[in-house]
Amino acid sequence: MRAAQLMLIVMSGLALASCKSKPPTLPDASNQPEETSADTGRTTDTDVSGRVDPNEQLKQTAIQAGVIIYFDYDRAEIKPEFVPIVTAHAKYLNTNSANKIRLEGHSDERGSREYNIGLGERRAQAVRRALMLQGVTEAQITTVSYGEERPAVCDRGADHDGQLRRRASGSAGE
Amino acid sequence: MRKVVWLFVVVASALAMPAANAQLVIEITRGQENAVPIAVVPFGWESANAAPFDVAQVVAADLQRSGRFAPLDRKDMIDRPTAGDQIRFQDWRYLKSDFIVVGKLTPDGGDRYSAQFELYNVLNGQRLTGQRLTATTGSMRAMSHRIADIIFEQLTGIRGAFSTRIAFVSAEGTPPKQQYTLIVADADGENQQKIANSSEPIMSPAWSPDGQSLAYVSFESKASAIYVQTLRTGERSRVSARAGINGAPSWSPDGSTLALTLSRKDGDVDIYTLKLQSQSLTRMTFDPGIDTEPTWSNDGRKLYFMSDRAGGPQIYEVDVDQPNRATRVTFEGTYNARPRLSPDGKQLAVVHLDRGNFRIAIVDLQSKGVQVLSPGRQDESPSFAPNGATLIYATQDRGRGVLATVSVDGRVQQRLAASTGDVREPVWSPFPSGR
Repeated sequence: MRAAQLMLIVMSGLALASCKSKPPTLPDASNQPEETSADTGRTTDTDVSGRVDPNEQLKQTAIQAGVIIYFDYDRAEIKPEFVPIVTAHAKYLNTNSANKIRLEGHSDERGSREYNIGLGERRAQAVRRALMLQGVTEAQITTVSYGEERPAVCDRGADHDGQLRRRASGSAGE
Repeated sequence: MRKVVWLFVVVASALAMPAANAQLVIEITRGQENAVPIAVVPFGWESANAAPFDVAQVVAADLQRSGRFAPLDRKDMIDRPTAGDQIRFQDWRYLKSDFIVVGKLTPDGGDRYSAQFELYNVLNGQRLTGQRLTATTGSMRAMSHRIADIIFEQLTGIRGAFSTRIAFVSAEGTPPKQQYTLIVADADGENQQKIANSSEPIMSPAWSPDGQSLAYVSFESKASAIYVQTLRTGERSRVSARAGINGAPSWSPDGSTLALTLSRKDGDVDIYTLKLQSQSLTRMTFDPGIDTEPTWSNDGRKLYFMSDRAGGPQIYEVDVDQPNRATRVTFEGTYNARPRLSPDGKQLAVVHLDRGNFRIAIVDLQSKGVQVLSPGRQDESPSFAPNGATLIYATQDRGRGVLATVSVDGRVQQRLAASTGDVREPVWSPFPSGR
């Protein structure tokens, strides 16, 4: 029953440049899986514990491939280095039509707010189309654009993992 | 289930909470050099106990904030007349005041008071206007704003906007743990009330033409949705929660329809109109580019909006009876966004990229000329006062979001900073109805 939901953060490279402290490098997979499993352990024992769930494995692989896709300022094309992330997520989503993903679009904070909402949506849609080209169905994808409203990542790296954990553990099965 | 709970919270906070946390502090950053000197004498109060309210202080502060008047400092007043026959004009000429306001407050019994005021020309001793107004303790401030409105209109020929309100969004806390609050305050920043509150973003507030309701965007359900909320009762309804973007609501002049931005399932960001009664939706733009930030012409027949169909964002207009036939309005500069029409319908205020800085500019619809008004680097969300004399907008001050106003001639500038957090997206209310 549990609809596992992944999340991809889609954002402008300039927002990254505006981070004062350590710009988040491309999600480094080294410690994420442990954190993820450590946390999901509490809530998802029933599903995950004991068995090696192939679905779960593909999910972990997708998360390890990366959860943030950066776009160049004012562009909406997925850069080659981020294509593997899309592919890994598509693979996970294709294994089970109950698997879902939420695409969150963000922009930098320059310029008009509602236009930035539009820019975030445009980028989220680029990722959505790329996923659908790889066989993911419309029903599996939700997009939401925050524009500049909820500053993406920066020091949110930690929190994003937190959100990802919550979503991956199924509490986001709204 | 969760939705029900939420409604409840919002209603409770809307009715109960003065928003003391985001108190606004007004600072006049640039005044008019030839501001008119005026003396607003403290109002008389013939009773042993202290006066219940300082009417003259609110009136003087309003006039000063307009930038067009320079009220005389109280400690320089050598006399305290409370009626015209007590004014020794020579004294006030000596103090270089061009005009003088005198008045008195009297108890009417119970919680009621009346204020009688008069405005005189000091140079020739002529009485220009005078009125008697009534108020309760709770409406004393509103009455004082009305007196300022009457004086302002008498002396400038422009209707005063001191009795109007502003709505804005405050964000407190550090990302990602931020608290977003939609606040309504008097135009001088006083009398704040929380309208809505969420840990998810709130944006794009828009006043209904009768000033009774606000439409706004909230992400409280983890996706954008547009809500309409009646201020007095706190009652609200969700009017659009479609897939994708639900954004940029704008009320038609008759209040029947919202223009809004949707991206629907296919992700094409376009402008629609939504009739609030029937919920009927009509698509206004069909371009694959981003079309958003609609605002209505005063006759309700056209929408001005922003589109990047030609590359960068520019302003376009479309006739609501002929959707999809948009024509371009702005040509000067590489970035013009967030149009708002002046009350006389002759100009658009926009966000304009001016040599690397986002600034508020005025576009003259006849000549298409662009005049930059604001001095910042990150200025956005312009909104006209209903008398068209001033614009309020959002800007940055040392990394914090603050509000600012600028007169349409650019000569008077003020900043309104919250005591804590960021404030942004100010929108000026229409004139209060009923006068």
